[in-house]
Amino acid sequence: MTRPRQLGSLGRIAALARKEAKQIRRDPSSAVIVLFLPLFLLFLFGYGISLDAASVRLGVVLEERGPDARSLADAYSNAPDFEVLLYPSRAEAERALRANQLRGFLVIPPDFSQRLHARGSWPAQIHIVTDGSQPNTAEIVANYSQGVLATWSTQFARDRGVASTPAISIEPRFWFNEDLRTRYNLVPGSIALVMTIIGTLLTALVVAREWERGTLEAVFATPVSALELLASKFIPYFLLALATMAACVAAAIFLFGVPFRGSFLAILALTAAFLAPALGQGLLISSAAKNQFVASQLALFSGFLPAMLLSGFMFEIESMPEPIRAITAIIPARYFVTGLQTVFLAGDVWEVLLPVILKMLGLGAVLLFFAWRVTPKRIA
Amino acid sequence: MWARILSLIVKELLALTRDPRGRLVLVAPPLIQLFIFTFAATLEVRNVDIAIVNLDHGRWGREIVARIEASSTFDEVIVLSSVGEITDVIDSGRALAAIHIPQDFSRDIEAGRTAHAQIVLDGRRANAAQILFGYINRIVAGVGATARPLPVLTDGVVRHWFNPNLVYRWFMVPALLAMITMLTAIVVTTLSIARERELGTFDQLLVSPLNQTEIMLGKVAPGFLISAAQGTIFIALAVFALGVPLLGSLPLLYLAMVFFLAAVLGVGLFISAISATQQQAIIGAFAFIAPAIMLSGFGAPVENMPEWLQAFTMINPLRHFLVIVHGVFLKDMPALEILSNTAPLIIIASITLPAAAWMFRARTQ
Amino acid sequence: MTAPLAIIQGASKSFAGMDRPALDAITASIAAGRLTGIVGPDAAGKTTLIRLMTGLVLPDHGDVSILGANTRSNPGTAQASIGYMPQRFGLYEDLSVQENLDLYADLQGLSAAERNSAFDRLLDFTDLGAFRARLAGKLSGGMKQKLGLACALLRRPRLLLLDEPSVGVDPASRRELWAMVRGLVDPETAVVWSTSYLDEAERCDEVLLLSEGRLLYAGSPQGLTARVEGRVFRVRPEAGAKRAVLQHLESDPTIADAVLQGDSIRVMTRAHDKPAGLSSASAAAPRFEDAFVDLLGGSHLRDSPLAAAMRMIPASDTPVIEARGLTKQFGAFTAAENITFQVRPGEIFGLLGPNGAGKSTTFKMLCGLLRPTSGEGHVAGIDLRRAAPKARARLGYMAQKFSLYGELSVRQNLEFFAGVYGLTGTRRKDRVATMIEVFELGPMAGRNAGALPLGFKQRLALACALLHEPDALFLDEPTSGVDPLARREFWSHINALVKKNVAVLVTTHFMEEAEYCDRISLIYRARLVADGSPDELKDAVRDADLPDPTMDDAFIRLIERSNAEREEP
Repeated sequence: MTRPRQLGSLGRIAALARKEAKQIRRDPSSAVIVLFLPLFLLFLFGYGISLDAASVRLGVVLEERGPDARSLADAYSNAPDFEVLLYPSRAEAERALRANQLRGFLVIPPDFSQRLHARGSWPAQIHIVTDGSQPNTAEIVANYSQGVLATWSTQFARDRGVASTPAISIEPRFWFNEDLRTRYNLVPGSIALVMTIIGTLLTALVVAREWERGTLEAVFATPVSALELLASKFIPYFLLALATMAACVAAAIFLFGVPFRGSFLAILALTAAFLAPALGQGLLISSAAKNQFVASQLALFSGFLPAMLLSGFMFEIESMPEPIRAITAIIPARYFVTGLQTVFLAGDVWEVLLPVILKMLGLGAVLLFFAWRVTPKRIA
Repeated sequence: MWARILSLIVKELLALTRDPRGRLVLVAPPLIQLFIFTFAATLEVRNVDIAIVNLDHGRWGREIVARIEASSTFDEVIVLSSVGEITDVIDSGRALAAIHIPQDFSRDIEAGRTAHAQIVLDGRRANAAQILFGYINRIVAGVGATARPLPVLTDGVVRHWFNPNLVYRWFMVPALLAMITMLTAIVVTTLSIARERELGTFDQLLVSPLNQTEIMLGKVAPGFLISAAQGTIFIALAVFALGVPLLGSLPLLYLAMVFFLAAVLGVGLFISAISATQQQAIIGAFAFIAPAIMLSGFGAPVENMPEWLQAFTMINPLRHFLVIVHGVFLKDMPALEILSNTAPLIIIASITLPAAAWMFRARTQ
Repeated sequence: MTAPLAIIQGASKSFAGMDRPALDAITASIAAGRLTGIVGPDAAGKTTLIRLMTGLVLPDHGDVSILGANTRSNPGTAQASIGYMPQRFGLYEDLSVQENLDLYADLQGLSAAERNSAFDRLLDFTDLGAFRARLAGKLSGGMKQKLGLACALLRRPRLLLLDEPSVGVDPASRRELWAMVRGLVDPETAVVWSTSYLDEAERCDEVLLLSEGRLLYAGSPQGLTARVEGRVFRVRPEAGAKRAVLQHLESDPTIADAVLQGDSIRVMTRAHDKPAGLSSASAAAPRFEDAFVDLLGGSHLRDSPLAAAMRMIPASDTPVIEARGLTKQFGAFTAAENITFQVRPGEIFGLLGPNGAGKSTTFKMLCGLLRPTSGEGHVAGIDLRRAAPKARARLGYMAQKFSLYGELSVRQNLEFFAGVYGLTGTRRKDRVATMIEVFELGPMAGRNAGALPLGFKQRLALACALLHEPDALFLDEPTSGVDPLARREFWSHINALVKKNVAVLVTTHFMEEAEYCDRISLIYRARLVADGSPDELKDAVRDADLPDPTMDDAFIRLIERSNAEREEP
């Protein structure tokens, strides 16, 4: 990306880059940042973040104990997603819900069987109560509960010869992730998050550290230009981040079993393009802050949190209000998340990859340009 | 003794707030984050594009298309002319879902059979796809009920307690309150000792008659006061500006916050005591913050994690405090429950603070 | 003579937030074949002047040109012919000696052939050949400076710019460095050496004397020294009376300067006659420092009002500070071994020694910053191991580096330390007010301590250490890098404290400071190798070769002697 103006320039970049590489090798903290921290985080994210409700604790209150009510309760007990707990009364279920011991409860009211057997009093109601303080889970509980109820009542109708052929059925097919394992989506997303932390945090500290230690002054008195200095910081951390990425991809495939349908060339192109803005952001922060304390604060607030919350990793970008959607346009992780999910699950769909690569390179060019502009060749 | 500690606390607070930039760093980013993240976070799916291939020439295929087009969920409805085009439109991400209505669709319905429509969803965005499928299923079921009203035997009446309309903001604001006060507490304390070490002022403190316990208290108190003040501002904003109901006991919330902050400050001080430089302190802070947030139940419920990881989350103070903030704000959680969730915080604090003190002592000799 | 290598033409430079320009219309030139010293107190503008010549800073007005190339319009050409060693040289501490050299050789664009001969020449020259593989961070202060110098010399620059190369370097290494640089000057090249040590300035071919951004003198140091010829005398007061005599001289308006030198007092009069009423005065050879002080208008000393602000501590023979067999081991390394000494009330005691000899370790054990491996330290009779906080309440401490809270105001710093030392209510208010008055901090009270000029920082640091009227005062290299006037003022305060029987422990490797001490212990390679009064130490090395040894000489000879003794079993 930086075209050397002459051979001497290339030599200087190489010399500084070699120096950087030696420093990285000798500094134990960089090993921590480059290998230990990313794998540790990916490991925790991979196991820790799952939206597949595995065992939702659901309370059931039987206000009548007829065979139908019990059959319905059994249907819930047998559903794979629920761990059913019986409560003798609404009040007790309510207390448990308030105490965070349940995610929701059902009440089968005293007139349930009676209404179920009297055609005129259909539908027989049950009450589904969720813990709305966790909206995500509440939605899942409500949908699953409705699903179990629908299946149960279809069976009930069929057993009794009640007309039950629905007019329409719609069959979903989830491409790329047939069984809807959220891990398949979240692991590539987590990689983007981890790479943002690594890329931005590492570079945010390196130039600031040289300012603090006073090593830049002597370098600046040599023929080194600001552009050469930035290039020499960029190259080793770029290679280092590629190594981190390789480790993350390997963990995703072999540890978490995420399918990898794309090519390594595509993921390399994507990573290389992502590192331009990620390292550019770090270098910009570093050159502007000149102080590790401020640089780390900025890296935290402008790197980690937006990458987590505004990249589409946790929340859908399309659903955000317009001004916030505009902000997400300048968050490189957003494009990286999209690209990684495609390469892992769909394959080399260049129609998706090319635009995100170009956008990341564009952002990278802008950030690196500003980083170059704020790196003074003189001491003010 | 108290006069000496008080001077130390006053000094720390002055050092953090005298510089206008320092004040700005303490106030602006947390508030900006509170607002951006509050409004960014939503579980609804909106403004997505959907594709439809309608090969049916009858009334019911048209009806489905018409109802989809009328829905506010979709930004654009892309009409395709053949099934073959679905691959392209999904692969390229132009549409999140594609509905396929086959040729005999209306005829099957008129004949009393079940007509089968298909929907292809983009599994790369599994969560959104799932939610979207829920929406579409409801629309299609509506068409089906119009076409052939069936007796409905049962009905599940859903009530979302504590948050009847599932306003995501109600969940997000208390969670951000907990997370951001934690961030502030960690950042203020982890760097405080490392910075004094690098600037050489730490020796000046150590040769004064202050003993180590006093110095530690002096280092913990500012982080506590600042994050508690921030927490108070957030509570006020939550209630008065963001319309989040506060149903439970405010004093109990503060009681829990005291122990939450104590536990977190213990971690911060421990990191600070073992770090020789600011850089190490920063890395230490990161290595605590990221897992603490990820394993708190904020992003994904703790019950979804594997057993061993669930056990591990017990030592995460944020996990316990999130239960309490949500409980107090939205659920009017009973006092006993708040206290039983505060107990782990007390235990964590009574481990982290003495550990920090021990490490601090070991490192200053 | 050839054309000057550097020409500075009416150069001015201001920085935001300073109330006066850092450099004010400086016109000067650097001639080839000469060692030019840039001399002046801290914040005089020495670093800015050097940075102007490197092209790292451009003047607001005026021009700087190096070998005819203007640093503004032609910075590349200008930079190609200079070698520059900044004050904190940018050695990468986590790279080895060889790797640092390689890096700078690459940056300077040395070819492979040039580089090998340059490395051999420089490693030989700096005596670093044996340490090629050692990490720069593990070198001693003097070796680091040599390596920095080697990096700056790779290209055989025509103009070598050295910014305070001798700060933080002990006397023996300073001498070596000086000799090395001296040897570099040839008819084609020039060296610029900035310093606040006036004994170095004296040995330069030319000096540019800066003060507060203005050029006060340009020319040979002898030319300046000659101005005070015949006005400098040495007075030898009776034993025990030196401080009283000094104080008397300071208040005499005909005296331009008076300063302790061991048991004597060096006096400079304003006119060309002997100081009145001092029959014992004998003429002494003027030094550059005398001329420097004279040029700045004399030392204007007054009776330090500090004496009135401190309680009188009863005189006694019981030591206030006592080290008994202090030993400190870090793993297998012994940093201090069996150090024993005592400091009585009203005594100034100096710990002298090269970098890393163990004087800081000893000092830290005595003020409670380090726990001794064995042995005991007592302050005001309190055992530091048993009741460190209580002992610490009786001592005042002033660190070498400015270590107050830069982001707090002067008054907030004072109030903070008053609080920490347990002063409350009206007593706290009174003491803070007294200190502000004694040290004339009033106009600065609301300013951030970090933004104060060095002299004021120093006063504030001393004020903070004395708020609680301690029995013992610990000073860690208190006046290194401080100009002679500020140093005189500082020591007049210390003399006032001594009159109130405060015990003072000073570490230093700055020989001017050592002259102020009543007794000195020389610490070398973890052991106490010599002690006595400054004159006794000087006497100990006096011989035919060295009839009038300075403190520097004494220091170096005693260390050589100790080396010799250790080599013989």
